[in-house]
Amino acid sequence: MTFETLAAREGGPKRADFWRWIAGLGVVLVLWGVVYSQLIPVSEWLVSLLPVDRSSHRGQALAFFFYDTPKVILLLTLIVFAMGIVRSYFSAERTRAALVGKREGLANVMAAGLGVLTPFCSCSAVPLFIGFVSAGIPLGVTFSFLIAAPMVNEVALGLLFGLVGWKVALTYLGFGLGVAIVAGWVIGRLRLEGWLQDWVKDIQTVGGMTIPEEQLTFIDRIKLGIEAVKDIVGRVWIWIIAGIAVGGLIHGYVPAELMVRIMGADAWWSVPAAVAMGIPMYTNAAGVIPIVEALLEKGAALGTTLAFMMSVIALSFPEMIILRKVLTLRLIAVFIGVVGTGILAVGFLFNMLFG
Amino acid sequence: MKDVKVLGSGCKRCYATETMVRDAAAKLGIDIKVEKVTDYAEIARFGIASTPGIVIDGKVVHAGGLPKEDALEKWLQA
Repeated sequence: MTFETLAAREGGPKRADFWRWIAGLGVVLVLWGVVYSQLIPVSEWLVSLLPVDRSSHRGQALAFFFYDTPKVILLLTLIVFAMGIVRSYFSAERTRAALVGKREGLANVMAAGLGVLTPFCSCSAVPLFIGFVSAGIPLGVTFSFLIAAPMVNEVALGLLFGLVGWKVALTYLGFGLGVAIVAGWVIGRLRLEGWLQDWVKDIQTVGGMTIPEEQLTFIDRIKLGIEAVKDIVGRVWIWIIAGIAVGGLIHGYVPAELMVRIMGADAWWSVPAAVAMGIPMYTNAAGVIPIVEALLEKGAALGTTLAFMMSVIALSFPEMIILRKVLTLRLIAVFIGVVGTGILAVGFLFNMLFG
Repeated sequence: MKDVKVLGSGCKRCYATETMVRDAAAKLGIDIKVEKVTDYAEIARFGIASTPGIVIDGKVVHAGGLPKEDALEKWLQA
């Protein structure tokens, strides 16, 4: 689709509006590029203003902090904006309609993929869960969606891409989807529908009801992208700064030999330890990835680090408290067990392949 | 009098949606009764899979995210 056809769709007096938006978007993107290219000189200049020796531990930690904070926030803004536009083409109701009646296996794959693309916030987790299950989507398929949605998100992928590199980002995407598909499939095979809370089992809905499409113009979608930036960046910036501060401390103070001994590929026990540590930790991808970057740089094994990251993001207490409303404790335990095992497998596999 | 239900368990966007509904109705001079539905079981019965949702006179018109202002006005006038 060309801009011309998009512009034509806006029609009449809105056409000029459309080009104004596109021009504005272009200017902002160019500005973004200029600012991004100046990050290193500006961060070095900031450190030079402070009364610290650049080569000292403190100087290194500060330089890392001044460079990474704006870099991460800039990257995140761009990614969240782009993803906000992509997500405007998806909705939970349409995803549900696509999943109804598909056979398990294939449906798990689709659910995990759609989990990445469908707009989702954890406050919607319960309505989504009930909406899926009561429309006849199997429990395991619903879980594939609910595991992938928070774990494989644009914030995680974008930051990994920007800070650690595309290989690790792609790996995380592949294995994150893999864990969601396999864990959902296993939960489906266990036939645990009886372990839902009683009131959930009783709900009868009109299966797969759809709402009349809301016609969105391209300007609407750009606005949704901006909304997403305001909402997500506005919410996670504090986590980013906290994560980068911790990353900066690791960067400046933790000796590499110690890191290799604790989180290196030879320390097999470090994978389960990383997963266990990640469960009670609550942060989102934005906070944990700067830490991941620093850990990797200091010689932590990739598998151990990925396992830690997946555990922090996918297995969190707040989400379980939300899901507790619809799942019995037994079912939550199975969920943690299956997903945790999947993450462990990813960690070990990686350390074996790349260790 | 239009009967409007805002479905949502109390997230920030659900409150924002309720405010938008009231503002739009006031602007158009339409008499409405707004009810907030926060109970998950009751929300589920409307068949939506994402919140906030808007139901006008028993018909679901919107689910997930904030509604568009002009769309909201159209629904209220319908």
